Amino acid sequence: MNLKLKIWRQKDANTKGKMVEYPIAGIEEDMSFLEMLDVLNEELISKGEEPVEFDHDCREGICGACSLQINGEPHGPDRGVTTCQLHMRMFKDGDTITIEPFRATAFPVIKDLIVDRSSFDRIQQAGGFISVNTSGNTIDANSIPVNKDDADKSFNAATCIGCGACVAACKNASAMLFTAAKVSQFALLPQGQIEATDRVLNMVKQMDEEGFGNCSNTGACEIECPKGISLENIARMNREYLSASLKK
Amino acid sequence: MSGMLNSTIARKVAMALSAIFLLIFLLQHFIINFTSVISENTFNELSHFMGTNILIQFVMQPILIFAVVFHFVMGFILEIKNKKARNIKYASFKGSTNTTWVSRNMIYSGLVILAFLVLHFIDFWLPELNYKYIQFNPEDPTRYYHELVEKFHNPIRVGAYVVAFVLLALHLLHGFQSAFQSVGLNNKFTPALKTFGKYFAIIIPLGFIFIALFHHFNH
Repeated sequence: MNLKLKIWRQKDANTKGKMVEYPIAGIEEDMSFLEMLDVLNEELISKGEEPVEFDHDCREGICGACSLQINGEPHGPDRGVTTCQLHMRMFKDGDTITIEPFRATAFPVIKDLIVDRSSFDRIQQAGGFISVNTSGNTIDANSIPVNKDDADKSFNAATCIGCGACVAACKNASAMLFTAAKVSQFALLPQGQIEATDRVLNMVKQMDEEGFGNCSNTGACEIECPKGISLENIARMNREYLSASLKK
Repeated sequence: MSGMLNSTIARKVAMALSAIFLLIFLLQHFIINFTSVISENTFNELSHFMGTNILIQFVMQPILIFAVVFHFVMGFILEIKNKKARNIKYASFKGSTNTTWVSRNMIYSGLVILAFLVLHFIDFWLPELNYKYIQFNPEDPTRYYHELVEKFHNPIRVGAYVVAFVLLALHLLHGFQSAFQSVGLNNKFTPALKTFGKYFAIIIPLGFIFIALFHHFNH
């Protein structure tokens, strides 16, 4: 198929970017979206032009590296997939495809389509962990009984790959779904109880300091999340936060 | 506890609590107004009670004013932060593929409701304050029904009333369930709560519109 791509090009973090049009021909419907961009970059390199920079790593939907706002939606028009899992069969011959970086003040553009998502790392570092004594007397986590329902919910929250689609989809660029998933995965388990109070307070504080917006409960994050992280996690984080605030 | 009021979650929870209070107020306001369609005497009795009861006048009314002002001011504060959170806009943003129009435009439906409340304040509240606390008129338990009916003679006022309540319905279609999500309620009862919220969001504003039209066309 033949397509017209409108791609955000930006030389570096300090230079103003703009949308640039690229026609591209001979795209197979079985190609992934990133393979289509690989084809474009081969053409650009062969013409002596700068290739389009974009994030990618595993290309199998588990690393959370790939991003891209495609035709106004994070990870494109398909549901439950990352950009690397998006196939060109989702588009038609002659389509114009708009490709932009994830937009948020807390996700500054580094170059072209690559954004700096280290704000997520800092939220994690603020409390997204448990402290385990590894002095040789470590207790096997499986020796602590966990309710099956809680274990399933915790596992589901833990499937968040931190791609940032929730922020990109939200009209307020809110990181509540990401932070809530990281809070919930521990809040639901006995191992997470010891640091529960500090965890939620510190992670929410960091989230606010990074400049993410507020949650308007529109649900866009849940729909666009490639891992289907539920809004239930946001409600749980709110409960955790209120309870922790009363204790501190 | 000290840092709680500065956080995004605390603000949203406070916003939600004021919303839930206003939902309860709206329901009681509707029930009292609806009696005007059924019985002049009942409406007068209830209005007289609300207008003269010390607890309602000097405790609940200030709380109501605070809740209304707080809800609007906090709405603006949250909106400013939301705008700052995305300093460069998308060239293409398809919000309609993953959200409802009402959920994306709460600030605009809220602004129309705010404009209506200003009109409502001028229409009903200022004359009431003037009657009771400036003119010091003797209390007349039968005046309320006629004051209400008189207000709905003007078709422009009725039109504004209808528009405002349509926007209120849209605001509540998202706001009702959103308030409960913000305070942390999302469990097995949520689907039922959402359904109830949709009925509430449509029936109560439609009821207010019915009352306005009923008095406009019957008097």
